[in-house]
Amino acid sequence: MTKITMTVNGKTVSGDVEGRTLLVDFLRKDLRLTGTHVGCDTSQCGACTVHVDGVAVKSCTMFAAEADGAEVATIEGQAAPDGTLNAIQAAFQEHHGLQCGFCTPGMVMAAADLLKNNPKPTEAEVRHHLEGNICRCTGYHNIVKAILAASGQDVSQIAAE
Amino acid sequence: MPKDNGIGASSKRREDIRFLTGTGQYTDDINIHGQTHVYFLRSDMAHGRINSIDTSAAAAMPGVVRIFTGDDFQGIGGLPCGWQVTDKHGNPMQEPAHPVLAQGKVRHVGDPIAAVIAESLEQARDAAEAIDVDMTELPAVVDMKAALADGATKVHDDLDSNLCYDWGFVEENKAAVDAAFENAAHVTTLELVNNRLVANPMEPRVAVGDYNRANDESTLYTTSQNPHVIRLLMGAFVLGIPEHKLRVVAPDVGGGFGTKIFHYAEEAFCTFAARQINRPVKWTSSRSEAFMSDAHGRDHVTKIELALDADNNFQAIRTETYANMGAYLSTFAPSVPTWLHGTLMAGNYKTPLIYVNVKAVFTNTVPVDAYRGAGRPEATYQLERLVDKAARELGVDPIALRRQNFITEFPYATPVAVEYDTGDYVATMDKLEEIADLAGFEARRKESEARGKLRGLGVNCYIEACGIAPSNLVGQLGARAGLYDAATVRVNATGSISVMVGAHSHGQGHETAFPQVVADMLGIDENMIEIVHGDSSKIPFGMGTYGSRSLAVCGSAMVRATEKIINKAKKIASHLLEASEADIELKDGQFSVKGTDKSVAWGDVTLAAYVPHNYPLEDIEPGLEETAFYDPSNFTYPSGAYACEVEVDPDTGKVTVERFSAADDFGNIVNPMIVTGQVHGGVGQGIGQALLENCVYDENGQLLSASYMDYAMPRASDVPFYTVDHSCQTPCTHNPLGVKGCGEAGAIGSPPAVVNAVIDALQSGGHTHVTHIDMPVSPQRVWAAMQG
Repeated sequence: MTKITMTVNGKTVSGDVEGRTLLVDFLRKDLRLTGTHVGCDTSQCGACTVHVDGVAVKSCTMFAAEADGAEVATIEGQAAPDGTLNAIQAAFQEHHGLQCGFCTPGMVMAAADLLKNNPKPTEAEVRHHLEGNICRCTGYHNIVKAILAASGQDVSQIAAE
Repeated sequence: MPKDNGIGASSKRREDIRFLTGTGQYTDDINIHGQTHVYFLRSDMAHGRINSIDTSAAAAMPGVVRIFTGDDFQGIGGLPCGWQVTDKHGNPMQEPAHPVLAQGKVRHVGDPIAAVIAESLEQARDAAEAIDVDMTELPAVVDMKAALADGATKVHDDLDSNLCYDWGFVEENKAAVDAAFENAAHVTTLELVNNRLVANPMEPRVAVGDYNRANDESTLYTTSQNPHVIRLLMGAFVLGIPEHKLRVVAPDVGGGFGTKIFHYAEEAFCTFAARQINRPVKWTSSRSEAFMSDAHGRDHVTKIELALDADNNFQAIRTETYANMGAYLSTFAPSVPTWLHGTLMAGNYKTPLIYVNVKAVFTNTVPVDAYRGAGRPEATYQLERLVDKAARELGVDPIALRRQNFITEFPYATPVAVEYDTGDYVATMDKLEEIADLAGFEARRKESEARGKLRGLGVNCYIEACGIAPSNLVGQLGARAGLYDAATVRVNATGSISVMVGAHSHGQGHETAFPQVVADMLGIDENMIEIVHGDSSKIPFGMGTYGSRSLAVCGSAMVRATEKIINKAKKIASHLLEASEADIELKDGQFSVKGTDKSVAWGDVTLAAYVPHNYPLEDIEPGLEETAFYDPSNFTYPSGAYACEVEVDPDTGKVTVERFSAADDFGNIVNPMIVTGQVHGGVGQGIGQALLENCVYDENGQLLSASYMDYAMPRASDVPFYTVDHSCQTPCTHNPLGVKGCGEAGAIGSPPAVVNAVIDALQSGGHTHVTHIDMPVSPQRVWAAMQG
């Protein structure tokens, strides 16, 4: 067992982990931050996307011990302390960018990563950026629309509802 | 002006808040004090005889609590099949046993052999590697036609053959259908494969079994679309636990698409083992396990023929389909290629004679059952590909040929046993031509050509039978359950309402849409109403969510219960207002006396029901809570017309979907935003089936597509923005809401549109020899077809 310490959503946390413990398991099982999900075992689906030191990472591809000392951000830390949704979360609700909700935390974290580096992405850039995030419910229409809307672009011409 | 409350409003989803903030509670998020973890040792052979299982070394490994094998399930029931099909000779289908853990033989890769329970999942997995299983590999049957050949290896030694049933529908029509083909002016024939798919909800299956020795109660938390059905099947047929001692909870569920309807071995195992070891037992599927243990979908091989007269009127349809059942019969598997497929073969057309033959076959593969659409996508794909091929052979416009043969008068009794209550196929086709801008297609084709791309247009129609359906009818057809649904409307003293519904929401937005209905009926704010679902201990009963049935069936039960609430509330109001009950009107949450200014508010009436100081106690009971069960009198029949435009890269064969338009008739609509989202999702899955997805076994029964490395899920860059319209509305005539259901339409209607478009692109690009390409229409298949 290795003792690790990291900052998660602004709070210092520590724990004892096996060398093989994945970051996602540390978040879900040790810290009980169950908003980060596991949808596959080959690092394809992106449901486990979090930010490590400001960069989007699939937390199933990283050992918890590798995140020792890092700043980690998860879906639980995205809304304001009073519960107000951030711009991306609010756009997902406004534009019905989620159905079952299982891929949603990963989508929101991936979208935040995109908009941080590319504040006004094109539709094609949004779709390309979501290459590593699979959604089975929405056909992606409203996810792409929500991310474009969250970037402040006019989406009123994109197909209705 | 769009509505902002009640039926017809695009109310934003209230459940989104918890999903967007990571506070949803999915089954894997549930951890119970003292919980153990189970890992299933699964067969890596498609077919094998188990000679011995030595668990002694594994049992001594750290953290191991107990190891179970098939021997521990001697005398325990197997997993039941919920539908018995009768074959064309009047005999029941062959129905093999389906043990919870393999007994004597394994029959597909992934068949569970042993279950290791340990303190941690890692310990359980480590110990499973130390189990010594001595197995003799047997020849596997994978191809359906080979499985039916004389002398083929049998999947089940105790059955006569690998034929589950040979079904003829309608058998009495066969001679007349054959005669129509003899006399036809033109016959179009098409052989095709409806590719095997894996549903792949993003949340893998999870089961947590818990047992309370103090009161002998078992609880199962599970990723299910229908917790009551699981309680019924598992309690009555597998474990022998009566309903009052068995609670099944399906909390937030991360998508279902059919594959979470069925009762699975892992659910029974965790419930059983928790009682045995007197500790909670948790199983979480990995994605790789999901590929080899979730029921798969589709997997039909079909020959379909269309007979036309000299004026291009459809005269008869004849089909022969081989339907893969896999190694065991999953819960509703036998119904999918029969009653959910054969009854839809008329489509949108007035074809007087139809004969459908289906041979269901056992193979050494994972069981196959309902996946989004379930039988109806298979029917639609065959028929709409066939009509397109016929139009090309006859040199007529495919839309015109469809229009010429549309059913235009309703109700319409098809020759395949169903009666469409309403529809307007001309209207949806007109709407499609408008929203898809079909008039502009040739200009877009030229623009593609200028870029060196072949552009094609594919159009098709669909009809589906949803809201499954009258219990007395499905009982005659072989269903071993009723298919009603139930709701309890509990009005609280302050006027807020809890509605307990048997439907389960796993993405459909019931928590938002169902209150819109009740709010409309009572004239109160929809935020005063909360939906409770997914817990057998809180809900009267329910058959769950599948077959686009939630609103049509459970929503109707909710309407009936709310009507009872209104009736009782009017009695209370008449007492409070000292007026005749017949004179009481309910509007905007106020009860008033007709023709006067006397009124009493909703909250005053509800308070009186619970604080009955001034109350007609001699006539009615205190309290305000009503339950209704609703059994529909018919299926509902959503319909529509879809158009797809693709570009084919002639150098690589790669197909790109450039435009996709859907014009649907869902009858009345409660929440247009949610309905549109359902169509988007269905179309996304349909494009996935048409272009990308394929579940592949090799000749030895090894699953080659067992992870997202090999099974091509649609990504954001594989699909365009869609154009969706549901303004054509012919309300259902037999349910109180006039709704038809929208969950499966997209997946049913879209695959033929995509493939029709690819064929159009290739034909118009000079590859006139290409009349069909099987799905998935991959670059390799397109390129090979182009080479001729």
